[in-house]
Amino acid sequence: MDTEARRVVEMGYGGNERLVMNMGPQHPSAHGVFRAILTLEGETVVAIDAVIGYLHRCHEKLAETLTYVQYPSIASKTDYVSAMTAELAYVAAVEKVGKIDVPKRAQYLRVLVAELQRIASHCLWLGTWCLDMGGALGGGATIFLYAIRERELVLDLFEALTGARLLYGFHQVGGVRYDLPAGWAEQCRRTVDLIEQRLDEYEAMLENNAFFLVRTQGVGVISRELALDVGVCGPLIRGSGVAYDVRRTEPYSSYEAFDFNVPVETAGDCFARYRVRMVEFRESIKIVRQALDGLPEGPISSRPGVKSVGQVRIPKGEGYTRVEGARGEIGCHLVADGGAKPYRLKWRGASFCNLAVLPHIIPGHKVADVVAIMGSVDPVFGEVDR
Amino acid sequence: MSELAGHALTGFIVLNVVIGLVTYVTLLERKFAARMQSRIGPYYVGWPHGWLQPIADALKLMMKEDIVPTAADRWVYNLAPIVFLLPCILIFATLPFAPGLGVADLNIGVLFFLAVSSLEIVGLFMGGWGSNNKYALLSAMRAVNQIISYDLPFIFAALVPVVLAGSLQMSVIVEAQAGLWYVLYPVLGQLAFLLFLIATLAAENRVPFDILEAESELVAGFRVEYSGMKFALIQLGEYAHMIGTSFLGALLFLGGWLGPGPAWLGPLWFLLKAMLIFLVVTWVRWSFVRIRVDHILAISWKLLLPATIVLLMATAFVVAWRGAGAA
Repeated sequence: MDTEARRVVEMGYGGNERLVMNMGPQHPSAHGVFRAILTLEGETVVAIDAVIGYLHRCHEKLAETLTYVQYPSIASKTDYVSAMTAELAYVAAVEKVGKIDVPKRAQYLRVLVAELQRIASHCLWLGTWCLDMGGALGGGATIFLYAIRERELVLDLFEALTGARLLYGFHQVGGVRYDLPAGWAEQCRRTVDLIEQRLDEYEAMLENNAFFLVRTQGVGVISRELALDVGVCGPLIRGSGVAYDVRRTEPYSSYEAFDFNVPVETAGDCFARYRVRMVEFRESIKIVRQALDGLPEGPISSRPGVKSVGQVRIPKGEGYTRVEGARGEIGCHLVADGGAKPYRLKWRGASFCNLAVLPHIIPGHKVADVVAIMGSVDPVFGEVDR
Repeated sequence: MSELAGHALTGFIVLNVVIGLVTYVTLLERKFAARMQSRIGPYYVGWPHGWLQPIADALKLMMKEDIVPTAADRWVYNLAPIVFLLPCILIFATLPFAPGLGVADLNIGVLFFLAVSSLEIVGLFMGGWGSNNKYALLSAMRAVNQIISYDLPFIFAALVPVVLAGSLQMSVIVEAQAGLWYVLYPVLGQLAFLLFLIATLAAENRVPFDILEAESELVAGFRVEYSGMKFALIQLGEYAHMIGTSFLGALLFLGGWLGPGPAWLGPLWFLLKAMLIFLVVTWVRWSFVRIRVDHILAISWKLLLPATIVLLMATAFVVAWRGAGAA
């Protein structure tokens, strides 16, 4: 070997049998652009340095330049996998500061799309997580394609409702923009029935599979204390034995009228988080059915017919709202100065807070577990970097 | 001299048949996987059903730029695909496809096959080391771990039919199954076949044992730096090894070319049985997630190795008890 090549290899080892390896920002299993600098001893990870910020788009600054009418359709670009809940967080903050009422029908429609969005988002999570563990050229790809097939059905529903498949612009200040088209409710019922059936198939395929269990059980354990200290949210904290769900602890948008369970697992490992999400699938389906059954008549917005982008003005004030997105608690802190644009906006991204737990749980695991744990955290980098 | 020319000719024919077979087996696998995943698979190149897709893939790979990383160890890097491919092709040398139809029906055929097929690790490690890439290096280390661990159970499982037949010559093993295929041999045969299949998966680096490719962690493992024709050679070698092992399984357990119908149907039966094993391997590949390196080693050393040794000893006892040749 020539000297240059030897130098590179020996520098990589650093002389103490440790290998520093970059995983990302361009990596097949990085969900977005996440860079993990791993220090390896053989196959075992001894340290991880998480680097974020590759997808920073000045989103909060952007919000100051857009009016309350314009921004909801941009808000969905923070968490683009679960766009409906991100929009909801923003309009809820505006409504709270501006003390704007939302008609009952609009509240139910918001719940309906938020839960459908949770189903779609969890489908994507299941697929990509298995893809991480099973490889794009293996069993993971099979589950991925099955899950994507179901996600497409939900996206079809959204397309029929809003005309868009990923970033919707469905919510507006004071209500929602579109009412259900004819036949939509029946199509929605058929879709959730089908997805409920298919969930049994996934569970049979995964939970009867010893290889899947051995890859997930006891891997990436977040203890109850650690979960509370770091402040993880969503399926992560529920997987660690804390029954915390914003829909239950601080109901918004009529969630108090719905009957659903908050799944809690105590193990705190990847399998517990998987179980939590699988139960959430079913709970979301339950809520969707209730929302369709109990959908009240009436207007869909308290401020219909927006004529210009500067029409909505919010009095001076400050407010924080939170909603339960697919990945956890999405918070939106809004400072209004009386104009048509917010003075300041701050997002609390669920993925950002969840990602902070990685350096605590990854050291000691094998390289292969890093991707399994990453996948079980389910970050979306649009929301982490904003 | 004419004998040598004859051997050379058969060798040439077998080589080309193997390469053609390998090319089209990729299409078979893609179609099969597509059906499992409710897709269609290759369709438009060679309409209908993408019959020309493998040719198009080969042409594409040939026309790709050949990139050698600056920091690579040039000699090792360039040699690795050839060193890897050679044993994978060489294993076909002792495979008889019908009585008298093959390059060389050695009297130590099985031994030759097993010995040569475990040589692929050399090329693999050369590729991983020569690329001078951390992913490739990790993958090469995993490869050595895994292949050394799984060669032993693979060999022990393959030896069960050898002991039953009392010969290392492949044609003799097939003839010995004229009455009863070894996969149907009570208890011993089924267990040995099962263990053989598992060890095959691992020896071929297929999912769930494909930790050295592991594209979600190590991108593509030892071949991450390869492109163009060198990448094609590695792919070719991998599939050739897989097909070769499927043929060995069909020969050792499923009675090789034995089957109903006239004798000239023999090679066809053989091919069908080998493809059956290949499809089972593919089916497993597309339904499981990958397992971790420590679990893979634990399965090999704590489960497969003791199991195959016990099985081999049990077979030996049965054969000794029933008298040599009576099996």
